[in-house]
Amino acid sequence: MSGRRIVITSGKGGVGKTTTTANLGATLAKRGHRVILIDADIGLRNLDLVLGLEKRIVFDVVEVAEGRCQLRQALIKDKRFGENLSILPAAQTRDKDAITEEQFATIVQQAAEIADYVLIDCPAGIEAGFRNAVAGAGEAIVVTTPEVSAIRDADRVIGKVAEKRLPVRLIVNRLRPEMVRTGDMLSVDDVCEILSAELVGVVPDDEEIIDTTNKGEPVTLSEASKLRGVYDKIARRLEGELVPFTNFDSQGFFGRLFGALKAG
Amino acid sequence: MHDLQPEPAAVPAKRGRAIVVTSGKGGVGKTTTTANLGHALAARGATVALVDADVGLRNLDIVLGLESRVKHHVLDVLEELVDLDDALVRDKNNENLVLLAAAQTREKDEVDTEKMKALIERLREKFDYVLIDCPAGIEMGFKNAVAGADEAIVVCTPEVSAVRDVDRVVGLLGNKFRPQLIVNRLRPALVKKGKMLSVEDVNAILRLPLLGVIADEPEIIVTTNRGEPIALRRDGATASAYHAIAAKVAGEDVAAPTVEVKDETFFSKLGAFFGGSK
Amino acid sequence: MIEFIKKFFAPQPSSQTAKERLRLVLMTDHLSLAPEMIEQMKRDFIDVISKYVEVDREKIEVSFEQQDKALVMLSNVPILAVNRTKPEEPPKSDSTPSLPRRKRRKKAAASTGAPSNASPAPAV
Repeated sequence: MSGRRIVITSGKGGVGKTTTTANLGATLAKRGHRVILIDADIGLRNLDLVLGLEKRIVFDVVEVAEGRCQLRQALIKDKRFGENLSILPAAQTRDKDAITEEQFATIVQQAAEIADYVLIDCPAGIEAGFRNAVAGAGEAIVVTTPEVSAIRDADRVIGKVAEKRLPVRLIVNRLRPEMVRTGDMLSVDDVCEILSAELVGVVPDDEEIIDTTNKGEPVTLSEASKLRGVYDKIARRLEGELVPFTNFDSQGFFGRLFGALKAG
Repeated sequence: MHDLQPEPAAVPAKRGRAIVVTSGKGGVGKTTTTANLGHALAARGATVALVDADVGLRNLDIVLGLESRVKHHVLDVLEELVDLDDALVRDKNNENLVLLAAAQTREKDEVDTEKMKALIERLREKFDYVLIDCPAGIEMGFKNAVAGADEAIVVCTPEVSAVRDVDRVVGLLGNKFRPQLIVNRLRPALVKKGKMLSVEDVNAILRLPLLGVIADEPEIIVTTNRGEPIALRRDGATASAYHAIAAKVAGEDVAAPTVEVKDETFFSKLGAFFGGSK
Repeated sequence: MIEFIKKFFAPQPSSQTAKERLRLVLMTDHLSLAPEMIEQMKRDFIDVISKYVEVDREKIEVSFEQQDKALVMLSNVPILAVNRTKPEEPPKSDSTPSLPRRKRRKKAAASTGAPSNASPAPAV
């Protein structure tokens, strides 16, 4: 039985697709699934960097597509997760015409034969890179932040993905509960109302991400991480569990003071 | 009798400056920078045309608060369905500033690069500055945005992925451009703690002339919510930074705005403990 | 001026403003993304209007605009003639008194030859 093929997309750049792919992938791996992450951002790869694996790249997705190596040879195993997490890096010096949709879809299928979850990190935009990334997918997660431009782009992407009949779920990233409370930021409810997509995760804005990205360490690895629980909940929802969402607005002053940022 | 008056010297055709604002990495503040720099230049009396080159995913209109006034877009003009003047949307806060919106519904491959260059040239005849908001990535959208410009501003945040992408883009821009750098969204407290790259770290890799540094500003979210770019304000660190950058772009000998990375005081530590981002 | 007074006395939270703006801009985006749907809507619209008035189909304009905080559809329909008769009404489902109609129908058929709209009267 073939694994699930999920494209992580957004339209707008910089909302957290790559960090979501890395952290969600790592969480699923920690929970015992075999996970392959594929970086579809040819020319501007970053998934390797975010996981700290940039020095171990030998082959990339374009070389697999061109038949210069096997998929297994190109996969880089993240040893911190035993056998469970591997990534297929993008090519850095090519551009997105270097691979066709069909080639990409074939690679995704091959990956799905040896993994439980294949997460595809989609580039920003809706051009060829996006079309490639979506080509092999069976479902989509759209990442947005509670900001006007991100939501507008997410709407466009949800439409495009729906055209391909892929089930779509939404992650609201970089929520700032204190700004929601003062009315300076759209709430999760506002976002869901505007986009009408099924919510699968809410990730609060946290400085942690900058630090962990700098170090190439997914939040899953850190006991002290406040976001670890958040990604764990998202993973559980993906697995089919009904996990309630934390109402961050009710956290209040003391919730943040004692750092007990519950999973959302 | 001969007319002894000398022939008047031919008036040189006006040629405004065409500057592309780019980065490679998405979400670092290209559109916000284009909008605010545009306003800051217009506030100095210059005439400014802002061009949204992000066909399919336009956002410059909404950041400027002009989304309800957009009737025509770049492709309408390129395909000669409408006159350029009819497609330009005048800003509601400053009449020196106009917007040429991107098409929402078309794909970037539909834009002809040569026609885009010609369009930018026409705009340069009418405006002191033409700022082109470049889409994320390095695909066709990027190529078209860059085509008509002969100056570039690259925007980078102090994060590893952004620096890597900007480095790639600077390489792709090639020798035609001598790009200048804006470092955006700096968080001085994190830099101090060693949890974020400093401006020096960023520029050690990029080695570009620095136009300015702008601190992370949650108020930007509010200004985008309202469609009222922060450079419309006269005070505040971010507005001032944009005005200083505009002065520099205009050739004034001013210092590039910087952000102080202070020693952490008890109060700033307390602020961080309470989850504030300032 | 009125906007300034509004803002000064009851400043709306910016998230509310954002929500309203997004609602409108997404509607506009969706409309511009579905030109075929709009063409079909225009055709249906013209068909319905044509039952009542004769229109110059070539010169009809339909557009969408944002006015204040709403999206409105504007149409410009040049009318060439107004039909004399009402369009055909669908048959009524409930029974109605028949006698007066029968009389009228006979009268109408005799004097003008115009088509009768009355449905055959059910036997009481």
